[in-house]
Amino acid sequence: MSSLFASVMLPFILAPWVPALYRKAGRRVGFLVAVVPVSLFVYYLGFLGELGSEPVGFRLPWIPLLGVDLSFALDGFGLLFALLITGIGSLVVIYSTYYLGPREDLGKFYLYILIFMGAMLGVVTADNIVLLYIFWEITSVASFLLIGFWHTREESRWGALKAMMITVLGGFGILTAAVLLYVVGGSFELSALMENREAVLASPLYVPIVLLLLLGAFTKSAQAPFHIWLPGAMAAPTPVSAYLHSATMVKAGIFLVGRMAPLLGGTPLWYYTVSAVGAVTVFLGAFLAIRQTDLKALLAYSTVSQLGLIMPMFAAGTEVAALAGAAHILNHATFKGALFMLVGIIDHETHTRDLRRLGGLYKAMPVTAVLTGIAALSMAGVWPLNGFVSKELIFEAMLHPPFGPDVWTQAFAVLAVLGSAMTTIYCLILAHRINFGKPRYGDAEHPHDPPAGMLLGPVLLVGLVVLLGVYPYIAEGPIFNAAASGHMREEVHGHVHNVPVPGMPLAMSLIALGLGLWGYRHLESVRRAFDQVRPRVHANAVYDGILAGLDRLSRWMVRVHMTGLLRDYIAYILLVVFLGIGLAAAASGAAFDLRLDLAPMTFVEAVVIALIIAGAIAVAAFRHRLAAIVALSIVGLMVSFLYVQLRAPDLALTQLMVESISTVLILLAVRYLPPLPKEQDTARRKAADIALAAGAGALVAFLALMTNANRLFPSISQYFVENSKPLGGGSNIVNVILVDFRGVDTMGEITVLGIAALSVYALVTLRQRTRGRAERPVDDPPVAFDDPRSAARDAREGEMP
Amino acid sequence: MNPLILRTSVRIHLYLLTLFSFYLLIRGHNEPGGGFIAGLLTASAMVLQALAFDARYASSLVPVREQTLIGLGLLLAVGTGVASMLFGRPFLDHVFHHTFLPFLGEVELASAVVFDIGVYLVVVGVAKWTILTVATGRAGQSGPGS
Repeated sequence: MSSLFASVMLPFILAPWVPALYRKAGRRVGFLVAVVPVSLFVYYLGFLGELGSEPVGFRLPWIPLLGVDLSFALDGFGLLFALLITGIGSLVVIYSTYYLGPREDLGKFYLYILIFMGAMLGVVTADNIVLLYIFWEITSVASFLLIGFWHTREESRWGALKAMMITVLGGFGILTAAVLLYVVGGSFELSALMENREAVLASPLYVPIVLLLLLGAFTKSAQAPFHIWLPGAMAAPTPVSAYLHSATMVKAGIFLVGRMAPLLGGTPLWYYTVSAVGAVTVFLGAFLAIRQTDLKALLAYSTVSQLGLIMPMFAAGTEVAALAGAAHILNHATFKGALFMLVGIIDHETHTRDLRRLGGLYKAMPVTAVLTGIAALSMAGVWPLNGFVSKELIFEAMLHPPFGPDVWTQAFAVLAVLGSAMTTIYCLILAHRINFGKPRYGDAEHPHDPPAGMLLGPVLLVGLVVLLGVYPYIAEGPIFNAAASGHMREEVHGHVHNVPVPGMPLAMSLIALGLGLWGYRHLESVRRAFDQVRPRVHANAVYDGILAGLDRLSRWMVRVHMTGLLRDYIAYILLVVFLGIGLAAAASGAAFDLRLDLAPMTFVEAVVIALIIAGAIAVAAFRHRLAAIVALSIVGLMVSFLYVQLRAPDLALTQLMVESISTVLILLAVRYLPPLPKEQDTARRKAADIALAAGAGALVAFLALMTNANRLFPSISQYFVENSKPLGGGSNIVNVILVDFRGVDTMGEITVLGIAALSVYALVTLRQRTRGRAERPVDDPPVAFDDPRSAARDAREGEMP
Repeated sequence: MNPLILRTSVRIHLYLLTLFSFYLLIRGHNEPGGGFIAGLLTASAMVLQALAFDARYASSLVPVREQTLIGLGLLLAVGTGVASMLFGRPFLDHVFHHTFLPFLGEVELASAVVFDIGVYLVVVGVAKWTILTVATGRAGQSGPGS
């Protein structure tokens, strides 16, 4: 199925061209970009009814040495997500063409959206944990860029950073868990790990693996106490909130739990951890949602709460739970996606999202109001909308926990009912409070329904809300059961129903609705009561505290070791080399066998070496810069001469060139330096410097002699000599090593070279900008060497202080 | 001071050094030389011009922007690496081929030489950029027309 691979790569391949396309096509670019998600949606629709627990796969070796392959597998579970990603993606792309103003950089926007889409498709189709992790992190980066899309706003940057910090923290959890899984199960491939399930479960690393992996899932899906990033993410443009932060990306954590459940699930640890976190999140999210006055913040907390409702469904491992989870993923995406787009429309028309300033919208914008009402009522679980169908299933699943009912599962159920009751309250705010009553239109005089294109998304989604509520059987087989089968890795044949059946689940639904209705009638007192709750520990305060602490720590570290003195840095480097290598050599306990069977030294070599030593001492001893430079170049020239003596023409040539050029460059740079300061060093510092230098030199000499005396491996030189011609096609061994045998090294080196030039440029430009013209008149004619002024300056600066 | 002798001789040296650097570049695969050395030699030719005239003139002798040189060089180097992947070989796997050309006799065509040319371009670009920035003390842009 190479088409599967192509479908994941397509958004990545097309994304870089979007900005160019935007320059050509202008604002219509959204409709062109929409072709991508629409065609992918149609592609994935083709799998409907064909996929269940058996995946279709594709594999391409990538980094075989590390066991990381480009392996993809699509089953019913992944298909549900893929359809959401491409389906909602299509609607959001079209919607945002209307939503974003003419001055927004649409090229950038759609570039990020496409990258996100590809990454998210990668997450739900990857069959290799490392591959999944990579895509996972790309979604975090795309989310960061999209939240910060209006990057001139403080809150956008803050929200983007917070989302990034928290989700990437969880990402590290996944990576660590992946490595531990590799240690235990011997593979990164999910399908291979599944076969080793017994070994994984029995391993002592099982608990850390589960906790680390769940850390990733909880952070991404905004579960308490990591939920704090999601409200901050509302600084993103509303289409992004609808797409990433309600319909797709925040469900990646749920996907991860569902995907890993057949491998790691089935244990009390797995079930109770996820269920407890989920239950607390349902309650907390709904509670916080009611306290909000900003419509988007309300929806954000409601998303937190709903995610907490879905998450435990994929940890239970029962058929009904799997079915409930699959159904609610789709249903939540439909009504929440619609609600976000509708709130975006309200914001667009009235210029406010403050629900205290909104009311009677039904009169002004009837279509929007009706759609909002239907979607909100579905979220509350009102019959016969799709929210009712999946909520019934969820309650039923909660009443039949995998390890039998106990105090804990009953507590979870009670929290879920209370959460649902509060959900009903805020859904009624959305459905009733802003649509009816006294007209309050925010800043607008006469708001009205938006153009049809902007309503397209909400209409289609609300249409699904109704369809899946009235006739859920249409999705039962090809979507719900297929997704549940994919998650369980065995065929599931569950049933959904939209006819209210008397029983415990229905009673729970009715209690939630009744309580919610009562609460809505007394909304003001409920709000007042809720506002009284002021917990002593705020997750946000903890986050801010950690961030501030890290900031202080890095400030302290920089202050301690960044003295701004080059000599200090050189001392650090030498010290680390000396201690690191010296201690390692001492600790290795190797027999220090110094057989000095060295080649005899010729007279010429002895003279050259003596000159090198003399030059080196002179560099340090001279108090005159020009003299020191000359001494330095003597050292360099003598080294090249030594290379000639040792018959290494390439080295000699290179050394010669480097020497002459660097001497000129140093001469050029000297002009910028202040005169050498007077001798200020204490005798102690001087002694320490000398000891360090001598130590480092002795160490290098010692190492060279040691390696020469103790060859643990046969030298590779012979291989190069023999294979340079037949394999590399050149008889200059040095060159063949550079361009062929060690070509990757060379590539790295020239990259470093380029970066070094960039740094020189940046440093000089920066100096010019910060010091201005005072230091050195930059408007001088380009300084030539024969420029008498510069010569005079050189002479002045070269003088002894 | 007008270093007439230096300036006159340096003009001739420019051609000799540059030509010699090309020679070193091309023959590098089989005899002493190669992209790095050749690049440095070209750079030293530039340094010589900078000594005799000024840095701006020296760098204008290479009528390509330094960033372009570096970018092009890196692209060539990476390109040869990727090209071998397109043929299903490992990254940076080189091929060479002996062929007969009129006048020149048997000539070896090696993809490694392309890589070496990339190295050469990067070195020249870096040298040009550094000399220009350090010598003029400002972010000078030189290129065609300047």
